[in-house]
Amino acid sequence: MLETHDLHKHFDGFKAITAINFKLIEGERHAIIGPNGAGKTTFFNLITGHLQPSAGEVRYKGDLISGLPPYRIVKLGLARSFQRINIYPRMTVFQNVQVALIAQNNQHLHFFTRAHNLYKEETEDLLELVDLLGEIQDIAGELAYGKQKQLELAISLAANPRVLLLDEPTAGMSPSETAESIRLINDITQSRSLTLLFTEHDMSVVFSIADRISVLHHGEILASGAPDEVRKDVEVRRVYLGEEVGHASA
Amino acid sequence: MTDAMTRSAMAGCLISLALLISVPLFQSAYLIDVVTEILIYALFALSLNVIIGYSGNVSFGHAAYFAIGGYTNAILLTSHGWALVPSFVTSILVTMIAAGFVAYFCTRLTNIYFAMLTLAFSMLVWAIAFKWRSVTGGDDGFVGIRVPEIINNRAHFYYFTLIMVTAATTLLWFICHSAFGRTLVAVRENATRAGFVGVNTRLMRWWAFVVAGTFAGIAGAIFGMFHRGMYVESAFWTQSATVLIMTLLGGMFSFFGPAIGAATLFILERITNEYTEYWPTVLGCILLVILLFLPDGLAGLARKVRSYVAGSN
Repeated sequence: MLETHDLHKHFDGFKAITAINFKLIEGERHAIIGPNGAGKTTFFNLITGHLQPSAGEVRYKGDLISGLPPYRIVKLGLARSFQRINIYPRMTVFQNVQVALIAQNNQHLHFFTRAHNLYKEETEDLLELVDLLGEIQDIAGELAYGKQKQLELAISLAANPRVLLLDEPTAGMSPSETAESIRLINDITQSRSLTLLFTEHDMSVVFSIADRISVLHHGEILASGAPDEVRKDVEVRRVYLGEEVGHASA
Repeated sequence: MTDAMTRSAMAGCLISLALLISVPLFQSAYLIDVVTEILIYALFALSLNVIIGYSGNVSFGHAAYFAIGGYTNAILLTSHGWALVPSFVTSILVTMIAAGFVAYFCTRLTNIYFAMLTLAFSMLVWAIAFKWRSVTGGDDGFVGIRVPEIINNRAHFYYFTLIMVTAATTLLWFICHSAFGRTLVAVRENATRAGFVGVNTRLMRWWAFVVAGTFAGIAGAIFGMFHRGMYVESAFWTQSATVLIMTLLGGMFSFFGPAIGAATLFILERITNEYTEYWPTVLGCILLVILLFLPDGLAGLARKVRSYVAGSN
């Protein structure tokens, strides 16, 4: 469904991503794991058009998408969330999601369509899904951290994606918020039959969501496979899992 | 920037409109002239706020579109003897096209670079008005604009201005509260996020610029007819600064704020000029007060007072 061919990204000589050949299969829930600085976020930015590759290409359903601006890529059905909260902090929770629906329905150049109550039901449905209906008129920037993360998810879903890309969806969350997020992500990907690509630090989160895992290290993919296979992979253990699994269970 | 107009805001609008309609009844030529000019500046400031308040960019060259509208209308009416309606409509279209052209370049940039480029283009417009003597009258100004008979009388012109400004303001209100306006605010708040939900942010900013320029052109066209002349000062950067201060004084995060700012600044200038010649000094002090104590302008102050009163009840 989504493929990269020989993807490279250099920043002033620093090789952030090197020769990544990656394949995302329709319907799977694929995790990208790796230590800090491995290039996970850069990889996401290359796929979603936030960064342009130095070499190589990204294809979605066979069509070349590298080089397209983000607003075109999202219209093709790839929506993302961000590792660091990325919302409209001074707008209300309602408006945060509503704007995404306006854009998704190509209404953003409608000069005389009243914004008031536009896509009210659709917005409320999405906010109900992420359990934010109670905060619908709150200023988004004043929400608790975990709720802002949920809002971010609702914004991404408003783009009605086929592929959902989540960059560290549970980063900074409390254990109970994390558990709730896992349930939510599993529910949503199943009920909407989404293909999911996500990065995550917390190995317990990875194993409770992913059905395939790729390990990224120094900008290269070291291993790819089912969770059990990857878990067994010795090299992966050495690079990453050893400390992180211990860390997660601690 | 609330979703719907509250009852009190609606009442405020209707009362203001009733007062404005009754202005000529006082039979004071001075009063009519002052209010006519305030209306023109109010529209000018409201138009600028589409760029500043809604799209989140600062323009230092908004006078250019005011001047383009004013000069085009002056030239078509007087030099070419056009009737009011075609001349007025053509002036608006010319301003729109000019704004669209400039916006193409300006929206490639943001922040200070955007501001400087708007300034550069406005200086270019000023230079054309200044040097193209045969058409614009150069630094003597374009004097003796032929004003159509039907509005060539103080009260008639006043009502013409009131109708045009009210219609333009209503149109602007709908644009600012539309799906477009909502998305524009999102672009202002977080352009990256807006891009990732499918918004072409540069196109949004382009349209904001065009809308702002077009409505400034309407204000300029009325201004020229009111003064029976257009002068290069109208395109000068100080004019852009004046309307910028009006917008900030009124409050850029409120739709009607800039109109209130325009009225306040205009009246303050008139009063100050009756007593001293130090208006620029007073203006400097006003600017200081806004920047230090009223970041959201008079509209922001009114909001604070309202919530304070509501809180103490």
